[in-house]
Amino acid sequence: MIAEIGHFALLLALAVAGVQAVVPLIGAARGDVPLMQVAQPAAVAQFGFVATAFACLTWAFVVSDFTVAAVVANSHSAKPLLYKITGVWGNHEGSMVLWVLILALFGAAVAVFGRNLPPALRARVLAVQAMIGVAFLAFIAFTSNPFLRVFPPPNDGRDLNPLLQDPGLAFHPPLLYTGYVGFSVVFAFAVAALIEGRVDAAWARWVRPWALAAWAALTLGIALGSWWAYYELGWGGWWFWDPVENASLMPWLIGAALLHSAIVVEKRDALKTWTILLAILAFSLSLVGTFLVRSGVLTSVHAFAVDPARGVFILAILVVTIGGSLALYAVRAPALKTGGLFAPISREGGLVLNNLLLATATATVFLGTLYPLFLDAIGGAKVSVGPPFFNATFVPLMVPLVAAIAVGPMLAWKRGDLPGALARLWAAGVAAAVAVLGTLWLAGGPAGALLGLGLAAWLGVGALVELAERIRLFRIPASDSFRRAVNLPRAAWGMTVAHLGVAVVVAGITASSAWQTERIQLVRPGETVEIAGYTLLFRGTERVNGPNYVARRGIFEVSRDGEPVTTLYPAKRFYPVQGMVTTEAAIHTNLVADLYVVIGDPDSGGTPGGDPRVLLDAPADAAWAARLYYNPLVPWIWIGCVIMVLGGALSLSDRRHRVGAPSRARRPIAQPAMGD
Amino acid sequence: MRRLIFVLPLVAFAAVAAWFAVGLTRDPTRVPSALIDQPIPAFELPPLPGSGVPGLSDEAIKGKVALVNVFASWCVPCKAEHPILMRLAEERRVPIYGINYKDAEQDARAWLDALGNPYTAIGHDLSGRVSIDWGVYGVPETFVIDRDGRIRHKHVGPITPQILQDEILPLIASLEK
Repeated sequence: MIAEIGHFALLLALAVAGVQAVVPLIGAARGDVPLMQVAQPAAVAQFGFVATAFACLTWAFVVSDFTVAAVVANSHSAKPLLYKITGVWGNHEGSMVLWVLILALFGAAVAVFGRNLPPALRARVLAVQAMIGVAFLAFIAFTSNPFLRVFPPPNDGRDLNPLLQDPGLAFHPPLLYTGYVGFSVVFAFAVAALIEGRVDAAWARWVRPWALAAWAALTLGIALGSWWAYYELGWGGWWFWDPVENASLMPWLIGAALLHSAIVVEKRDALKTWTILLAILAFSLSLVGTFLVRSGVLTSVHAFAVDPARGVFILAILVVTIGGSLALYAVRAPALKTGGLFAPISREGGLVLNNLLLATATATVFLGTLYPLFLDAIGGAKVSVGPPFFNATFVPLMVPLVAAIAVGPMLAWKRGDLPGALARLWAAGVAAAVAVLGTLWLAGGPAGALLGLGLAAWLGVGALVELAERIRLFRIPASDSFRRAVNLPRAAWGMTVAHLGVAVVVAGITASSAWQTERIQLVRPGETVEIAGYTLLFRGTERVNGPNYVARRGIFEVSRDGEPVTTLYPAKRFYPVQGMVTTEAAIHTNLVADLYVVIGDPDSGGTPGGDPRVLLDAPADAAWAARLYYNPLVPWIWIGCVIMVLGGALSLSDRRHRVGAPSRARRPIAQPAMGD
Repeated sequence: MRRLIFVLPLVAFAAVAAWFAVGLTRDPTRVPSALIDQPIPAFELPPLPGSGVPGLSDEAIKGKVALVNVFASWCVPCKAEHPILMRLAEERRVPIYGINYKDAEQDARAWLDALGNPYTAIGHDLSGRVSIDWGVYGVPETFVIDRDGRIRHKHVGPITPQILQDEILPLIASLEK
């Protein structure tokens, strides 16, 4: 019964979205206010119906209703409650419902918070949002019904893939989808602006908070996914250039470019057509990401079950959405008035450079990700493009970008003074030199590490120098500087914090790739292993019973210079329902470096590993293959991402994003930011 | 001229979309088994003690159209397809040979005792070594072997009634002609 209610609610949401996609557009074209005003209640109702459907599906998972096919395929009665809930989106059907739930949530948020948008613009934005909603709701209804019943119901379910039964991955999809789908609002604003043929500072001001919210969520989602890969896949890597990771990185890069170019539109009325294009591309790449994951055209560790019918449907959505918006762009964008002119060396010029580098980096990732598919399409070999390609192309693009981030904010609008800016960045230059020489002295290289840490110091100190200039630190009395700091717009603080976050990430990536130390050896109970100054005493293994798994975990007592530090319990878990073994790494972090331990298989005298029984029934004195890693600065990668997100949140809370451009609008325009 | 620049994204996307469309027609997960139409690999596996059926070797399989099913007691999809194998065995149409993959003796025995034994012979592949020669990368997998001892078809995953009716039985019928 509950499942039928959910199914019915989904179909109602589809019907409502259909109305919302058409009626407000007609209203906006005719200037008919009642027709335009259909949009807001429709958006709220659409959200209500999708939320009902989502709640029904969640209910089916929580009570383990094994008459529902999706529950049978992805749940098990013994699974912990948290993973019963996250199992809702741990499968194709449920994750699509989550997708439209977030889409409808954003639509409802525009309807509720966008009260002060011009009525025609709001009607058009909500109509475009609803079109996307129609496409995905129809996709769910016709190819991926999550409420499909099975008869006769089996006694128990097939359980969720054990790799997905993890707190890190539990919240990865919702955050990632919030990012992907958040760009749909930006997309809708861009399409609405193209229909109206008008892009101005006010438009940029309305778009920026949505772009910021989406980008911040995407940052957090990507960081969480990478953190999960780091501790769950068991070899200390945190980024694999996997197609699905790349699919999330591309909208992130374009979203970052969009954030910056929207500033130029807002402040200088320039770069309009480019910003519109970025807005379309950010969401288009999100859709492409969905297509790549759902259609199975690329193989990936992340890919769900492959169904060609779904692939064709998503491709159709892609062609209509992206093709339609780009066609509109081709027709309408040339007519948009170009705004202020600027010299190449200027704040605008710096932001253009940022955009060019980010867009080129996106193109690189796009080519690397899709090249295998392309080669296959023209009948070539099946190949995969790996990290060497990306390291050789992506990293060189990031080097000038990171170097320029420190300089850009120091330049004036319209016409800047590059030598002057560099001269004022002397402190950053000193910091970079100290970092390079210090690295050389302490570690002696490699060259990439010198460059990376030098850049990180340059950017980190550069961001602080910019802040110090704004508050005129050391030039006016400290109390005055403090007052200036307090009165500084939140957006300015947001920029400084976000750029600091980038510096921290760069340092983390550099150090962890340059100086990871690894030790692989067989250990017997009572033996010790030394790594990076730590001594690990292997105490043996013990069996542990989890709710839906059995595990064998090793006990390592960690000490440093004779002082006990901690005890680590790396484990191997066997999930009997799926017949899968997972590796659980044990990590000791002091926020500067990670000590990372995993156990492999017991030494069973020639029997190949993989048999869970060999694992679980190994004798107490068996030798175990242990792998130890010392990963310097690796936590900084995720700490840096969190700092970037904090910067985004600070900027999002800026009053200026809420109290709009007073001089351009006839009445005060409020644009409340999400989540404040 | 300036207008052309704005058409560029659309053109680029059209190319990408066409490329996606072609990509959709290909299935990257289908790695054709290198063993299709090849003779079965030479092997000899000990019997599963207590199962009451002999062990398995390549010689034993040859001479008749047969199914070779790779299974394990710890594999849930195997449990799902088991009744279908039992029904097929009762029809006595073709011999079904089992390769018991990385399974402890007593577990495999208990499994067969509880669910029934559809297999004419079972090779006990504790280390999984022989299964590697067969190109097995997951359980269950089912191979259709012709009279000359060549692999004619490989099915990955559990056999469903539909797959049995639409793929496996017609193939067996054509091979028996």
